Amino acid sequence: MAVLQIREAINQAIDEEMERDSGVFIMGEEVAQYNGAYKVTQGLWKKYGDKRVIDTPITEAGFAGIGIGAAMTGIGVRPIVEMMTWNFAILAFDQIINHAAKASYMSAGQFKVPIVFRGPNGPAHMLGAQHSQALESMMAHVPGLIVMTPSTPYDAKGMLKAAIRDDNPVIFMESEMMYGQKGEVPEGEYLIPIGKGDIKREGSDVTIIAWTKMVAVALKAAEELQKEGINAEVLDPRTLRPLDEALIIESVKKTNRCVIIEDSWPFASVGTEIAHRIHTIAFDYLDAPVEKINSADIPMPYAENLEHEALPNSEKVIAAVKKVLYR
Amino acid sequence: MKEEKKKNIQAPWADLKLSNEKLIKIYRDMLLIRRFEERAAQEYGKGKIGGFCHLYIGQEATGVGAIAPLREDDFIYTAYRDHGQAIARGMSSKGCMAELFGKVTGVSKGIGGSMHFYDLSKGFMGGWGIVGGHPPLAAGSAFATKYQGRDSVTICFMGEASTNQGVFHEILNMAMLWKLPIIFICENNGYGMGTAISRAMAGEHLFEKAAGYEMARGAVNGMDVIEMYREMSVAIERARKESLPTFLEARTYRFRGHSMSDPGQYRTKDEIDEYKKRDPIETFGSDLKQWNILSESAIEKLEEEIKAEVQEAVEFADASPQPSIDVLYDNVYA
Ligand SMILES: Cc1ncc(C[n+]2csc(CCOP(=O)(O)OP(=O)(O)O)c2C)c(N)n1
Ligand SMILES: [Mg+2]
Repeated sequence: MAVLQIREAINQAIDEEMERDSGVFIMGEEVAQYNGAYKVTQGLWKKYGDKRVIDTPITEAGFAGIGIGAAMTGIGVRPIVEMMTWNFAILAFDQIINHAAKASYMSAGQFKVPIVFRGPNGPAHMLGAQHSQALESMMAHVPGLIVMTPSTPYDAKGMLKAAIRDDNPVIFMESEMMYGQKGEVPEGEYLIPIGKGDIKREGSDVTIIAWTKMVAVALKAAEELQKEGINAEVLDPRTLRPLDEALIIESVKKTNRCVIIEDSWPFASVGTEIAHRIHTIAFDYLDAPVEKINSADIPMPYAENLEHEALPNSEKVIAAVKKVLYR
Repeated sequence: MKEEKKKNIQAPWADLKLSNEKLIKIYRDMLLIRRFEERAAQEYGKGKIGGFCHLYIGQEATGVGAIAPLREDDFIYTAYRDHGQAIARGMSSKGCMAELFGKVTGVSKGIGGSMHFYDLSKGFMGGWGIVGGHPPLAAGSAFATKYQGRDSVTICFMGEASTNQGVFHEILNMAMLWKLPIIFICENNGYGMGTAISRAMAGEHLFEKAAGYEMARGAVNGMDVIEMYREMSVAIERARKESLPTFLEARTYRFRGHSMSDPGQYRTKDEIDEYKKRDPIETFGSDLKQWNILSESAIEKLEEEIKAEVQEAVEFADASPQPSIDVLYDNVYA
């Protein structure tokens, strides 16, 4: 099996879908001639040319809207809109939330919006407050949007292909820190359906729920915990909306304990929603309240020591696991 | 030849009320910015500075020429390429270097970083990372000073690529509609990251974007610090006396990559070399020599002085402590 970086896996997904369907195109800042700010679109402009790999001006609201409008016409156009980072996509939230997310509903189903907004999300390293935001909870709040957050090259490819083929607006959130991360990707086509989570590590004592960058943190914590005889299960929902509730409940019924890790802020987060669902649906199975580890509830500071302190890490996860195990 | 030239033409600044001290200060500021940032690039390479770091090298005349004619009670807004303007506003090289190092002695106490330099006491309002995000704030500052009956002006630097954002047009409209005392200085360095302006903007004359709002406007040679000073003086007068906005397109060039991580394959070495021939510091330096404001040895002395200042700034930044973990939750709310 080929070993690919996440950026290469995403690139393959885009490339294959563009080859398969001439209605698929990609646009965004620096996606064409520069090969992408994070080199995700490497080689695509060379292969497909100006018509289908389109450099835009720095106008997030404008080109998001052009993508939505193009998708809505119902004549086979399926845009992929790259946001250089999700921090900048905030400028396009009006288009995404007020327009893309509502077109199908308000038109009583006449409009479909087959579009993917994708790009890196979440803190990277010392980028300061305006460039270090994990915004998945904001997007997941909105009915009408699908939110996907891959954590491996294999998942990224299969999930993105499913996202491109779906008829709804999909928010696809990657991580700058993970683009170089490698993993096996099989030859040949596969799709990972929207709304399907995955067990990244089986265990029996506690369920750790994490997505994108936090999956690695969870796995590291699980390895450490194993040394102390604690057998942790690591569950990656992969899609945050719609959530694979069945998988989560099944795992918690088995382990009776749960810790959720996110690098977004704690207030009204996806983790809050997951914890609520576990508490209401699987209350009788729980041996401890669900714990949540988040980034500190602050705009991200620049200084290295402060940033480190603000972010979730495996030590914090281990402590939370021990708390739910009363150890 | 030289003697003759001197007799026949006026010094470029002859029409401006600029003392020799002020001229030298302008030169010194540009040189300090250059040397400060060259050193910052080295320290970045050593891992002392993290994150994004956007250098101003090549554009010094724009910032210094625009800020030099300001009063102390005026306000300055800019984007993430902010080191040069901070230094031009008199923020200490120690405080600026310490901010880059993420230290508590930095101008934003290590919380802001390269893109977020602030000093309210000097009217230096920063330091903003979202392209097109800060011009509305700058217009708000002009609104506030007018509201309070003060005759302060606000100047707002922005990259040419930010003028493609929708909010830019909203703000030009309101600035003119409400006659705000503001000067928009669009630093047209030809590129937004790897995208040449011709690939991102319809139309050729950037400053004419202000024409739709019937705002006073024009293009300036941003590589010429005296021309910047002259045009800014006119615009400042207009803002202060008549409470009217101005849009200036300063044509300039960045000699370095967009940020420290830019391989820069979107432009040719020839193009960069062509612009380097118009190096704003060298050009102004040779004018100052020609008009006997600064001798060669005086320039060398300045170089030495600045070298020592930058060295001191690095040592200060290195020796300063990181912020204490205790401040993590400070200032989220006032
Ligand atoms: C809204 C937004 N989109 C994208 C970016 C990423 N980005 C940072 S600087 C930049 C280029 C801006 O160019 P310009 O306005 O000309 O300023 P310059 O860098 O040339 O000084 C881009 C695309 C951003 N910071 N904010
Ligand atoms: Mg520019």
